[in-house]
Amino acid sequence: MAETHSLQDMRQQAAVAAKVFIQRDYTNGTVCQFQTKFPSELETRIDKQQFEETVRTLNNLYAEAEKLGSQSYIEGCLACLTAYTIFLCMETHYEKVLKKIAKYIQEQNDKIYAPRGLLLTDPIERGLRVIEVTIFEDRSLTR
Amino acid sequence: MITRKVRKWEKLPGKNTFCCDGRVMMARQKGVFYLTLFLIIGTCSLFFAFECPYLAVHLSPAIPVFAVLLFLFVMAMLLRTSFSDPGVLPRALPEEATFIEMEIEAANGNVPAGQRPPPRIRNVQINNQIVKLKYCYTCKIFRPPRASHCSICDNCVDRFDHHCPWVGNCVGKRNYRYFYLFTLSLSLLTIYIFTFDIVHVVMRSVDNGFLNTLKETPGTYPLLFLSDFLEYLSFTVLEVLVCFFTLWSVVGLTGFHTYLISLNQTTNEDIKGSWSGKNRVQNPYSHKNIVKNCCEVLCGPTYPSVLDRRGLMQEDSPVSAASAAPSSSSSNSSSSNPVPQTTKTTAPLIPNEHTPDDAKPSIAASAEKSPSPREEHHPPAPKVPPLASPETDAETSIAKDKTH
Repeated sequence: MAETHSLQDMRQQAAVAAKVFIQRDYTNGTVCQFQTKFPSELETRIDKQQFEETVRTLNNLYAEAEKLGSQSYIEGCLACLTAYTIFLCMETHYEKVLKKIAKYIQEQNDKIYAPRGLLLTDPIERGLRVIEVTIFEDRSLTR
Repeated sequence: MITRKVRKWEKLPGKNTFCCDGRVMMARQKGVFYLTLFLIIGTCSLFFAFECPYLAVHLSPAIPVFAVLLFLFVMAMLLRTSFSDPGVLPRALPEEATFIEMEIEAANGNVPAGQRPPPRIRNVQINNQIVKLKYCYTCKIFRPPRASHCSICDNCVDRFDHHCPWVGNCVGKRNYRYFYLFTLSLSLLTIYIFTFDIVHVVMRSVDNGFLNTLKETPGTYPLLFLSDFLEYLSFTVLEVLVCFFTLWSVVGLTGFHTYLISLNQTTNEDIKGSWSGKNRVQNPYSHKNIVKNCCEVLCGPTYPSVLDRRGLMQEDSPVSAASAAPSSSSSNSSSSNPVPQTTKTTAPLIPNEHTPDDAKPSIAASAEKSPSPREEHHPPAPKVPPLASPETDAETSIAKDKTH
């Protein structure tokens, strides 16, 4: 806990050197997927495999949220029969997965990205358009 | 410097109106929506007041019960369509907009002075079909496939279908199924009321022995018919008229949208003829299976709103100096920008003559001092890019005049 606090303090003190935006990958249609191409600005900061692994896991999570399967159909039909009033008390499947995604990003930031002076922003805060990677200046992390 | 907490919906750009502290989101013009409400509630009230007591007694009490359930469903669907977020895409924050501009310039290379820069289009291959993604000058983003900018609401909407004045909102990804269920249930309700109005007229006529009267006194029949008619059935006539006109339009609309759903197309695509089959162009989003298309559109996952309307953000009082640094969580920090801007909907477009060298330090400084890139990007160049949308041209020139 104390370590997280100190990382957050460091982030607030550190100046932002640059921001990289990972764009959406539309080759499979309108499902929410992000490009796994490794941006050149991050070459000095993080391992390519590590980064691609993060983006791939996020893509899998979003695919799970938007999956057209029996579960989504049952949820849709049940909701329709109740004139969608059931969503006043129940959380949708998509919202549940979004919470999982938020937790995963937080975890990745704390374990992997913050020690390297990077910060991932949850795509939902950018309208599911981009994954914003903030690159902090290196001099604040003298270790 | 006075900071106060405001809800994010208060600072959202676009021409929407919000109610109930951000829970309700509609278009600005609501007059036709009130008309829709009046027609539905008015006609149903007349039906429940005048026809239902007679029908419940003479036919079955199930008739008004089913009518009530259908009416409640129609109202629920209408309100859900009108009040929900259709799938609005939030505008790009300054850093993202600058990043995209840089990418565009890098892709264009060196455009000789005086030549028109190439149009801002990205080509994407989806299911062996080349789809063109257009750049939105208002929202500063490349629109995702199937998204379109609604000029009435001034927002880019995902899977944009059309702007419906009858529901007072855009119809897009998030509320299309509610819209379809509204038209479908309204068709059923209209047919139901129409049918039982006719049944009521027929039963009244039989009860009052009009047919016998017709046989006995054919001369006085029209007068008798008219007076009894007016006594019992004037409201029925009104309902029948409303239902008749509604039937043709709403049932037709339901049929049209059923056709669109079975092909997984939007009204926008149908009007533009995007997948009409010319030049071997086919709809890449269709599953080529009617049942699967219907399931996806009607029973697919319920997408959450990406506009955080009720989130809290810091707002700096306009009294403060230009060194104010809004919190990074604000959805549109330019609204608290003390630098004079003409409207909040079209921020000055970064001209294409802008060299990449000027753009790079702006990214570095942008998170800390977000007002400053805007000041840096008012170069004294008199020419604005010819491909900027006409309103952006006017805004940019006015903004430039102000800063001089």
